[in-house]
Amino acid sequence: MEWIVFGVVAVTAIVMAVGLIVRPNPLHGALFLVGNLFCVAVLFLMLRAEFLALAQVIVYAGAIMVLFMFAIMLLIPGRAEAGPDPLARARRLALPLAAVLGLMIILVAGRTGGPAPGEPPGGVGAIGRLLFTDYLFPFEVTSLLLLAALVGALTLAKRRTSP
Amino acid sequence: MSVVPPAYYVGLSAILFAIGAVGVLVRRNPLVIFMSIELMLNAANLAFVAFGRTHGAADGQVIVFFVMTVAAAEVAVGLAIIVAIFRARFRINVDDLALMRW
Repeated sequence: MEWIVFGVVAVTAIVMAVGLIVRPNPLHGALFLVGNLFCVAVLFLMLRAEFLALAQVIVYAGAIMVLFMFAIMLLIPGRAEAGPDPLARARRLALPLAAVLGLMIILVAGRTGGPAPGEPPGGVGAIGRLLFTDYLFPFEVTSLLLLAALVGALTLAKRRTSP
Repeated sequence: MSVVPPAYYVGLSAILFAIGAVGVLVRRNPLVIFMSIELMLNAANLAFVAFGRTHGAADGQVIVFFVMTVAAAEVAVGLAIIVAIFRARFRINVDDLALMRW
């Protein structure tokens, strides 16, 4: 049963990812990416990471992709990749290079990944306890990062009125 | 108990990561390149959770939580930069952007 679900979700995720990089319209690509994020959320659920599955749907598919949609609609889609490609020869190398990269990751990770799945880590409680004990300093630094991103985005988006 | 071993999840995440890398290398629209980077981050998240499941520890999930936060900050700043470039030049093609100032 779990194999069937995994197979269907994995194939769907790969199809969505290919759709993202194949479709010329970035708006279609954004919708494909949303589908891919939902597939990964289902995989998180199958790995017993319920909190991350919810955060994935709310933060990624909800907030980040809405931001992408705004930017795409602001920037007139479908007009950017017209005209001759000055790097056409270099781009032909992309597919074999990426295939080598994927094979390398599979080889290395396949050696380290143990065959037997351990006990499922204790859910939201365990994450919260780790977040506020061992990972307290990175957690606090994250707030600084978000503040910096907020100020940076505002500064960049502000129209320059007079010099 | 999970029937599918975590190694399969890691393999799937490697495939998704490679597809995202192709997107970054092949496409010329910065928005699509950006979305491909999100795809690669997401594939890395999947590998983190799978490894955390292998070792029975919640640390992998905590790190994924941080990656999500950093991705959100990165998207906000990156999209602001793209919109600013488009406002200044009315054209978005990454190969034209060879200078740091305009």
